[in-house]
Amino acid sequence: MKYLDEYRDPVLARRLLADLAAAAGHPWTIMEVCGGQTHTIVRQGIDELLPAGIHMIHGPGCPVCVTPLETVDKALAIAARPGVVFASYGDMLRVPGSQGDLLGVKARGGDVRAVYSPLDAVRLAAACPDRQVVFFAVGFETTAPANAMAVLHAARAGLDNFSVLVSHVLVPPAITAILDAPDNEVQAFLAAGHVCAIMGWTEYEPIAARYRVPIVVTGFEPLDLLEGILMAVRQLEDGRAEVENQYARAVRRTGNTAAQAAMREVFTVASRTWRGIGPIPASGLALAAAYARFDAERRFGVGAVTTREHPECIAGEILRGTRLPTDCLAYGVECTPRHPLGAPMVSSEGTCAAFYAAGRRSPTVEETAR
Amino acid sequence: MTNPLLAACPAPARSTDRLLLGHGSGGQLMAELLRDVIAPHLAAPIEDAAVVPFAGGEAVLSTDGFVVTPRFFPGGDIGSLAVYGTVNDLAMRGAEPVALCLAYLLEEGLDVAELHAVTASVAAAARTVGVPVVTGDTKVVGRGAADGIYLTTTGLGRRLPGADVSAVRGAPGDVVLLSGPIGSHGSAILSVREGLGFEADITSDSQPLHGLVAAMIAAGGPDVHALRDPTRGGLASALNELAAASGVGIDIEEAAVPVPPAVAAACELLGLDVLHVANEGCLVALVAAGAADRVLAAMRSRPEGARARVIGDVVAGPVGRVTARTLVGSRRIVDMLVGEQLPRIC
Amino acid sequence: MCLGIPGRIIDVCGGGDLRSGTVDFDGVRRQVCLAYAPEADVGDYVIVHVGFAISVVDPAEAERTLAVIRAIPDALTGELGPK
Repeated sequence: MKYLDEYRDPVLARRLLADLAAAAGHPWTIMEVCGGQTHTIVRQGIDELLPAGIHMIHGPGCPVCVTPLETVDKALAIAARPGVVFASYGDMLRVPGSQGDLLGVKARGGDVRAVYSPLDAVRLAAACPDRQVVFFAVGFETTAPANAMAVLHAARAGLDNFSVLVSHVLVPPAITAILDAPDNEVQAFLAAGHVCAIMGWTEYEPIAARYRVPIVVTGFEPLDLLEGILMAVRQLEDGRAEVENQYARAVRRTGNTAAQAAMREVFTVASRTWRGIGPIPASGLALAAAYARFDAERRFGVGAVTTREHPECIAGEILRGTRLPTDCLAYGVECTPRHPLGAPMVSSEGTCAAFYAAGRRSPTVEETAR
Repeated sequence: MTNPLLAACPAPARSTDRLLLGHGSGGQLMAELLRDVIAPHLAAPIEDAAVVPFAGGEAVLSTDGFVVTPRFFPGGDIGSLAVYGTVNDLAMRGAEPVALCLAYLLEEGLDVAELHAVTASVAAAARTVGVPVVTGDTKVVGRGAADGIYLTTTGLGRRLPGADVSAVRGAPGDVVLLSGPIGSHGSAILSVREGLGFEADITSDSQPLHGLVAAMIAAGGPDVHALRDPTRGGLASALNELAAASGVGIDIEEAAVPVPPAVAAACELLGLDVLHVANEGCLVALVAAGAADRVLAAMRSRPEGARARVIGDVVAGPVGRVTARTLVGSRRIVDMLVGEQLPRIC
Repeated sequence: MCLGIPGRIIDVCGGGDLRSGTVDFDGVRRQVCLAYAPEADVGDYVIVHVGFAISVVDPAEAERTLAVIRAIPDALTGELGPK
């Protein structure tokens, strides 16, 4: 595909690797924030090609993984109601709540459907006026404008049988929380290209300056990632801490203003709990007062659900990048993609699932593979 | 068996456009169904079992159920799929097809025109393969107890002379051959599945592979060690199954696996790994290195195998491990698909 | 996060919040909301996420990225074989 295949060229990848080896004079620890980037890194085995000393930490940028257990349980409760059509991105269907997942609700007779676009859920609501259609509005800044537009379309069409269960998160507060943690090891960040396509990178500039940390807005293909890593390493070696844009073909400094306007119209910034990390102030989005009538939590009275995580799961440390999935006692034993205990094992972008899919069962297995 | 609906109605409507529960009751309605809908396409099965002439050798048997949604998809339908699927299962043990049995499980209320169409497709596929459908069975279940049409085909085959094909025969040093591009069937089905809203220039690769296998056996004989058609679970699952059954490891070159551009695009959009996407018209073979060139040439001489190529080799171990050299030259483990394939956004 | 795939716009209709169009991805087509890509027109490539164009691909920048990488000397390539 144009604009994808060119950025997977193995010959150019080797050149970047050679350049990276020449540029890296010291060991550096870099976090790719985004789960999509984690997916590419692990699936293509990019981290194993990096020069020794360049260490990638996989960040919390998987909306599926950071959706709190409580929210998943609310989704399960709503989806099990008679008369409800529960529409969700496919990713959320296997996320374990405290009692099963959405596919389990479907197996017991719930009407749970995977949709590709939030507008498909609005169309469902228009087509089934006698049913309540609930859309699971998860995602980072990339997805928030799309979910906002679904609410705007429903409002315009006067659909009173459409609502959204909102679980939106924002990247910059998460980066700040990681940098504020006393055990933080991250020295540079690859910012998520598609989040920045919406938001631009102005909000990252104060973070880079305040924490003296390089941030490189990076794309998702192998060459993008290698170039993003190279740019971060050059900054680290030079002692610079700037925001640079590797993904220039898709990201402009001020982002997508039309999308930002729709986000601001429909959502307000709110405090949010991240699964495995805990509450982070001003790190999420909630429906603005003018659109509160589309709030599924209110409509179905599920505001008071409280829950508890599995005791062995170290999802929090994995999402903050302080430990690897292979450090977890449950990883690959009790916790597998088939029976996930924690969210990072669910989405194929989740760090644990990405490790598992690439066969990283344990350090010994990995060594043999080399 | 008495049908309560018919018992309650002294003059049952002989609706020919919707299937009634009574069409499966063994009475007149059923006789009419067989006469008017099945028999015009397939020779009427008068007996409960068929006698099939069988000239020596080893018999190979296989059975498979078909439940595809939607029933008609670009490049095929449940009828042709039910014939080719079982013919291919026989072929994967080095057998040529001799006869097929066909069982219908039908839902009350089914549009009879659809049953006509599916049966016509079964008949056409059987003619393409040159295998008779010799006997069968028809059941009708209540509305909601099944989804339209389920088919089960059972195939009788004869092992080809010189063939010794089994999933356990892969050996270190074997070459891994793939008969053609992957991912078309699964992505054709997904592209027309409700809710996703895609329109794609993708047709299923559904086709019979017995001719291809006959050519491979003629060229390689017992050096063709193992065959598998990577249906559900895709190439990744097929290779994992072969590696586990043979007690070997398999290394493939990701860049060597041909993927049609539209299939690659569909996988990108839906976030699927093409190695997990179903196929219905290609096969993967483990062949002794010394015979690989001959077998590959034989494959390429046939249309089903025109784009056959070497995609990797069999290694001693780790046992059951499949690895791929990635596009950028690293290595990763190729795992089996877990559960249902779901489109993802992130 | 956020699978975004580039595709080419082949038709456009509507305006404002209802602006939409067909986007072709190498033979796979889908109706895509273009409300957030008001400047995008037929023939442009857009990055599509959950049925929304979130960005118009800048062909000059796309080429510049590749040109920079292509300009890296090839000298060390031989030493970096796959593991």
